[in-house]
Amino acid sequence: MPVGLDLPQLIFGRLTWEAIPLHEPILLWTFAGVALGAVAVLAALTYYRAWGVLWRDWITSIDHKKIGVMYVVLGIVMLLRGFSDAIMMRAQQAIAFGDAAGYLPPHHYDQIFTAHGVIMVLFVAMPLVTGLMNFVVPLQIGARDVAFPFLNNFSFWMTAFGAALVMLSLFVGEFARTGWLAYPPLSELAYSPDVGVDYYIWSLQVAGVGTVLSGVNLIATIVKLRAPGMTLMRMPVFTWTALCTNVLIVVAFPVLTASLALLALDRYVGTHFFTNDAGGNAMMYINLIWIWGHPEVYILVLPVFGVFSEVVSTFCGKRLFGYASMVYATVVITILSYLVWLHHFFTMGAGASVNSFFGIATMVISIPTGAKVFNWLFTMYRGRIRFEVPMLWTIGFMVTFVIGGMTGVLLAVPPADFVLHNSLFLVAHFHNVIIGGVLFGAMAGISYWFPKVFGYRLDPFWGKCSFWFWLSGFYFAFMPLYALGLMGVTRRLSHFDDSSLQIWFQVAALGAVLILLGIASFLVQLVVSFVRRESLRDVTGDLWNGRTLEWSTASPPPLYNYAFTPQVHASDAWHDMKQHGYVRPLDGFVPIHMPKNTGAGFILAMISTVCAFALIWHMWPLVAVSFVALIVAAIIHTFDYERDYYIPAEEVARIEGERTRWLSAHG
Amino acid sequence: MLPALAVAALTGCNTVLLNPSGDVAVQQGHLLVVSTVLMLLIIVPVIVLTLVFAWRYRQSNSEAVYAPDWDHSIQLELVIWAAPLLIIIALGAVTWISTHTLDPYRPLSRVDTERGIPAEGQPLTVEAVALDWKWLFVYPDQGIAVVNELAAPVDVPLHFRISAESVMNSFFIPALAGQIYAMPGMETQLYAVINHSGQYEGFSANYSGAGFSGMHFRFHGMSSGDFDRWVQTAKESGNELNRQTYRVLRQPSDREPVHRYAVVATDLYDAILNRCVDPGTICIRDMVPTSAHRERD
Repeated sequence: MPVGLDLPQLIFGRLTWEAIPLHEPILLWTFAGVALGAVAVLAALTYYRAWGVLWRDWITSIDHKKIGVMYVVLGIVMLLRGFSDAIMMRAQQAIAFGDAAGYLPPHHYDQIFTAHGVIMVLFVAMPLVTGLMNFVVPLQIGARDVAFPFLNNFSFWMTAFGAALVMLSLFVGEFARTGWLAYPPLSELAYSPDVGVDYYIWSLQVAGVGTVLSGVNLIATIVKLRAPGMTLMRMPVFTWTALCTNVLIVVAFPVLTASLALLALDRYVGTHFFTNDAGGNAMMYINLIWIWGHPEVYILVLPVFGVFSEVVSTFCGKRLFGYASMVYATVVITILSYLVWLHHFFTMGAGASVNSFFGIATMVISIPTGAKVFNWLFTMYRGRIRFEVPMLWTIGFMVTFVIGGMTGVLLAVPPADFVLHNSLFLVAHFHNVIIGGVLFGAMAGISYWFPKVFGYRLDPFWGKCSFWFWLSGFYFAFMPLYALGLMGVTRRLSHFDDSSLQIWFQVAALGAVLILLGIASFLVQLVVSFVRRESLRDVTGDLWNGRTLEWSTASPPPLYNYAFTPQVHASDAWHDMKQHGYVRPLDGFVPIHMPKNTGAGFILAMISTVCAFALIWHMWPLVAVSFVALIVAAIIHTFDYERDYYIPAEEVARIEGERTRWLSAHG
Repeated sequence: MLPALAVAALTGCNTVLLNPSGDVAVQQGHLLVVSTVLMLLIIVPVIVLTLVFAWRYRQSNSEAVYAPDWDHSIQLELVIWAAPLLIIIALGAVTWISTHTLDPYRPLSRVDTERGIPAEGQPLTVEAVALDWKWLFVYPDQGIAVVNELAAPVDVPLHFRISAESVMNSFFIPALAGQIYAMPGMETQLYAVINHSGQYEGFSANYSGAGFSGMHFRFHGMSSGDFDRWVQTAKESGNELNRQTYRVLRQPSDREPVHRYAVVATDLYDAILNRCVDPGTICIRDMVPTSAHRERD
C-alpha cells in the first residue's frame, strides 16, 4: 500500500461515526421512533406476504393511477415530517424570550426552518399536485395511460429518493442551515463547510430530474393522447391548468438544476460563480434561483385552481362560468409568472424603474387571478350547492386566498416591501396562499377523487373535522404573524428580547396545534373510511354526478381506464354524454395494448441516490462506481424489448361484464 | 369589514410600521394603508358575495333560482376583468410614483411633511458594515466608529453607505426607513431622517447564520447637543480601529456588547468594501480592467 493513502477515508470520505448524532437526544428519539415504525412496516409486509405484491403491483408499476397514488402518499408522509418541523419552530418561538433560550439551539433551529421550507414546497406540495395530475389527467382526456409510462415510474422514484435523501440527513450528518433557497455566500464552502448544503444540492438535483421528466411526460400526454373530439377548448379546466403547469415545470426546473450545479461547482471544484472573491457574485444566484422559484409557486397553485374549477362546477350542479376566460386567465398567469422574479429582492438596491416594472408586473397577475375568483363565484350564483367536503375546502379557499392575494399585492409595492420584506408579514403571506391555496386545493382534490381511486368515498364527518381544524388553525397560526410583521419582527429568529411579543407567538402556536388536529382528523378519516368502506362504496363510478370523463368509468377504473376510447362532442364531456342518453357498450370488445411493469425506474433512481450520497460525503470511488453503474443500467434497460402486451378481448369482456352485473345488482 | 377593523385596531397597537418616527418610514406606512384600502374595495365584496352565494344557493333552498346551463355573460365578464384592472391601474400609478420618490438612493427632499431640506449643511454620513454577527457603524466626518449602537440627531438627513464583510444581511430600522441588503463586495445606500428623539430597534432582516438572532442594535434619535456628547464619548474611549483591530473585530461573535472607537483609519471602509483589508490582497476596484471603467463612464 502506498504511503499516506488512508483507506477508510478513501472509501468513506467525510463520513465518520461523528456524523451520527448519538449525542442529540431529540434526534436519537426520533430515530428510534422511525426505526421502530420501519421495523413494524417491514414485519407487517413479511407477515402478510406483501413483498411480492408491493414489488409487482406498486414499485414496478407503470400504471399512471398507481403512480399518482404513490405521489400523494409520498406527499402525505412528507407532510408529517414538514409539519413536525413547523410545530417545533412554533414551540421554540413561543418560549424563547428574554432569559429563556428555548430548547432549540441555532444549530438545530436553522436546520429545521431550512428543512421545513424545502420539504413543504418540494416534497409535499409538489408530490401532491403531481400525484393528482398523474391520476386525473389521463382519465380526464380519455387516455389509457400517460405518453411515456416507464418514464413516469422513473420520475416518481427520483422524486421519492430525493425526499429519502433529505430524511437521511436527519440521522447521517445534517441538513443545510441556510434557508430553503440556500443563498450564497452563506451556502458557499467558506461559510457552510459541512455536508448540509451538499445534502440540499443533491437531494434537489435527484428530485429535479424526476420533476422535469414528469413535466415532459404530462405535456406529451395532454398534447397527443386526448380522446377524439376533445379539442383544446373542450378540455376540462383541470387538464388545462395541468398543461400550463407542466410547461412551467419544463421551462423553470432546468434553471434550478443549472443554478444548483453552479453552486455545486463552487463547492466541489473551487469555481467562483457566487463567492465573495475572485469575481463571484452572489446576486447572480439569487436572480437565477428566483427565476425558477417564482414560476415554482405557480406550478403549485395552478393545478389546484383546476381542482377548484372542477369541484365548484360539480357541486354547484352547473357549467363552469366563463370557461374561455378561465383558460385565458390560466395562460396569462403562466406567461406572466416568468416576468416577476425580481419582486423577491426589491431590497437588493436595483433602480426605482426596475423595481417599479417588476412590482407592477406582479400586480398585473392579480387581474387574471381575480377573474378566476369571480368565475368560481358566478359558478355558485344560481347553482344548487351541495356542501360536500370538497366544496367546503373550496369555499374556505375562496375566502382565505383573496386575503393572501391582497397581502401579496401589497408586498409587490416596492416601498411597502422595503418595510415588509423578510418579516413575519411575508411569512404569513406565503403561508396564506400556500396553505389557503395549495393545501386546501390538494385536500379538496383528494376528497373529490378519492372514491374514483379506491371505489369508496372518504368519511364526511372526519373530513369536516379536518377542514374546520385546518381552517381555524390557519387563521390562529398566521393572523398573529401578519400583526407581528407590522410590528417589525423579522423571520428566522430563534430568540426574542421583547417579551411583549410573546402572546402573539403563543396564539400562533395554538394555531399550529389546531392544524395538528386537522392532520390527525385526516389520518383518522383514512382509517375510518377504510373500515367502513362497504357503506361508503361508490357503486356507479359517478358518485358526485360529475361532469368530466373520469366519472364515466368504474371506480376504481380498470387497468385500461376505458374499454373503448370515448368520443367527445362538447366540453363537460361526461355531462354531455349523460344528457344525450349515453349507453355503456356491452360487447364488441377488442384486445387492448398496454405497457408492461418494469423495475428499471426504481433501480436507476436507487443508483442515482447512491451516487448522490457518495458525492455528499466525498466517497470518490463510490461516486465513480455508481455513476458507471447508472450509465450501464440505463443502457441495459434499452435492450429490454418486451415492454408491452395485449389484454385479450375476453379479459376485457370479463372485466366489463363484472361491472355490468355489479351495476344491475346495485341499480 | 373584518380586515378593515383589524387594520384599524393595528394602527393603535405598537405596530411600528404604521406608527414610525422617521419621515421615510411614515410615508411607507402611509403607503401600506392606502394600498390596503384600495384593495379592500374589491376583496371585501368578493368575500361577502362568496358567503352570500354559498348560503343563498345551498341545495336545501328550493326557492333560489337554479340555472344549470347559464355559464356566460359578456357584461359580467367585462366587469370581472375590468374591476381588478381599474384597481391595479390605480395601484400601479401609486407604485410608480412612490417607488421613485421613496427610492432609497434618492437624497431626501424634505425633513417631514412641513419642512423641506435646510439649504446649508450636508447629510450626516454613516458607513454601516454587517459583520458576523454584529454591526459596525463608521462616522467618517466625526472620525469615530461604534459597534452595535447607532445614533443620529433628529431632523438631520442621514446618508447610509452599507456593505458587509462575509455573508448577506439586511440593514433595517423599522422606525426610521425601509431596509436594504448589506452585501459583501457591494455597496447599497439609504437616505433617511429621524424626526423624534428616542430609542429604536435596528437589526439584520436577512438570515445570516448561527448568530443571526442576536444581531440587533439600538438606534438613538437625539438632539444635536446630545449627539455631540455621544460622539464625544466615543472620542474619549481611546480605542483605535485600523486594519489590525478590524481583523480581530470581524471574527464571528454573538451578542457583541456596544464598544466605541475614538479613531478610525480613513480608508478602512473603502478597503472593506473592496475586500482588501488583508495585506497582499488586491482591491476589487483595481481588478477591473481600465477599459471597463471607460465603458461605464
